[in-house]
Amino acid sequence: MSDRKQVTLVQMQRGQSGIVVQIQGGHGAVNRLGALGIIPGKRITKISSMLMRGPITIEVDRVQVAIGFGMANKVIVELD
Amino acid sequence: MKKILLMGNPNVGKSVLFSRLTGVRVIVSNYPGTTVSYTQGFMKLGEERVEVIDVPGTYTLEPTTQAEEIALQLLNTGDIVINVVNAINLERNLYLTLQLLERGIPVVVALNLWDDTKHRGIHIDLDRLRELLGVPVIPTVAVTGQGIKELVENIPRATSPHMPVSNRDQRWATIGSIIDQVQHITHRHHTWLERLEDASVKPLTGSIIALVVLAIAFFVVRFLGESLIGYVLDPLFNHLWAPVLLKLSNLMGGGLLHDIVVGRLANGEVDFVKSFGLLTSGLYVPFAMVLPYVISFYLVLGLLEDIGYLPRLAVLMDTIMHRVGLHGYAIIPTLLGLGCNVPAILATRILESKRERFIAATLISIAVPCAALQAMIFGLVGQQGGQYVAIVYATLLAVWIILGIILNFAVKGFSPELLIEMPPYRLPPWRSVLQRLWMRAYGFLAEAIPIILGAILVINILYVLGVFAAIADFTAPMVTGLLGLPKEAVIALVVGFLRKDVALGMLAPLALSAKQLVVGSVVLAMFFPCIATFVVLLRELGVVNMLKSAGIMVSAALITGGILNLAL
Repeated sequence: MSDRKQVTLVQMQRGQSGIVVQIQGGHGAVNRLGALGIIPGKRITKISSMLMRGPITIEVDRVQVAIGFGMANKVIVELD
Repeated sequence: MKKILLMGNPNVGKSVLFSRLTGVRVIVSNYPGTTVSYTQGFMKLGEERVEVIDVPGTYTLEPTTQAEEIALQLLNTGDIVINVVNAINLERNLYLTLQLLERGIPVVVALNLWDDTKHRGIHIDLDRLRELLGVPVIPTVAVTGQGIKELVENIPRATSPHMPVSNRDQRWATIGSIIDQVQHITHRHHTWLERLEDASVKPLTGSIIALVVLAIAFFVVRFLGESLIGYVLDPLFNHLWAPVLLKLSNLMGGGLLHDIVVGRLANGEVDFVKSFGLLTSGLYVPFAMVLPYVISFYLVLGLLEDIGYLPRLAVLMDTIMHRVGLHGYAIIPTLLGLGCNVPAILATRILESKRERFIAATLISIAVPCAALQAMIFGLVGQQGGQYVAIVYATLLAVWIILGIILNFAVKGFSPELLIEMPPYRLPPWRSVLQRLWMRAYGFLAEAIPIILGAILVINILYVLGVFAAIADFTAPMVTGLLGLPKEAVIALVVGFLRKDVALGMLAPLALSAKQLVVGSVVLAMFFPCIATFVVLLRELGVVNMLKSAGIMVSAALITGGILNLAL
């Protein structure tokens, strides 16, 4: 077990990086995020979040992906 | 005939590669029973003619969307796969590649966007990659054509290494090991384009960028459209075509045929908007009033598409779009609707749920005026002053928002989450921008001209037969009472079913006040879709939902028109 801090994508600060550790949620969410390369073990960086529960933009493998607020809340990241 | 399938993730330049391989003559087909379309073309492979299919973009062969299901079904019909891979994001793209290599179909890999790897500090060991995958790997740059020849030469060398079938975790592990062996990334600083990418999706800078982009887009569309009209098409019609028509008019003398062909002259002069003959308004409206705006609109939209701005606009608009029951991606069909509602409603297919497609299609047909209608609004209402044009637009925007909020509450279900990949910004490949512009402008003319000419013919005959007078009398209480329009305006509303631009042109000879023109334009925009839109709506939504949608349109148009009539 690591003692590093685990947060959701929503709680992450802009510019922070970390490793995806878990995707909470059904098969559907896991599959759709997985198709875009967002899987446990993957390193990501948060680029921005829009106001009022808007989508979160992250960078994964040099590609930007925008994730709706609800789904972003299910992605757990271990901060560097 | 052999079938070659182009398969790859979305946004890897598959379609550009496709047009490189096949040239311009392509067929866009619908997969039977679905809303997913794919493109077919042909190419020469040595002496053999083979079929090439541009399969919808897919991330995985374990389908998560309808498009991916279709991709899987198409795969089962193919003989060879050209797997188009994004060289700057090898990891994720290899997932599909591994799945393909497990299936036993011969594969050749096109490592596209190869030129981007250098300035991004990505080094890929091609020989090692070929060895590990066991298939030919050809670096390509589809937009410039680099590597295409080698790719074609290597199609016959496509093979299948019959990789063992594995599960998701095993595949990701294999990819990890491949990446470790072939890819090496050197650190480098962000380019200004990448800074701009980041700034485009941050709330403050993103909003500023969006406003600037949309303002520039609007002015370029206006400027190009007006310049084409003022310097090219008006002179052509007024100086070359009008004298010919006057001669023809003298030759024919008068009578019914004259009125149908040339129309009614005003003081012995040709008035292209009002005379309503086949050779006057019938040609002037599509060619000189609408086509210039169709060209300028699609040029600007095509540029925004190829630069890669639209998905970022979707992110920015997501919060607002959720209020009307959609998510950010729905901004793309909505923008398309400002060109023509037909492709816009087809584009609602990118939305996942039926509910979203219903809301988006209904909102587009009611409150998003097409370029043809907008050109006429600027042409006619604009004569009364810019503020009246502004009222028309503000009203339609308000209707879009209010109706969207109502539909969001009224239609059962919820709006799904946004999840999109954003392509890197790049300079637009002119070839593909112009190719698409040509297809869209040609598509407009091919569809609009027969309907416009037919409509004018039918209208003139019905007019002579007195049918319109009867309809006008019948509906007079509603049109005059509720909307404050002269009863003859109802003819325009009826014609609006055929072509909205022609219909608005019919209001021109009625000598309406500015207020009446505003009410007329708004009601015409909202009242009912034109016949082409009607047909796609029917096909996309089905009979029941189409009827619901139409009911919403008619009531919303009458309510809004009535309110405007009282308020102005």
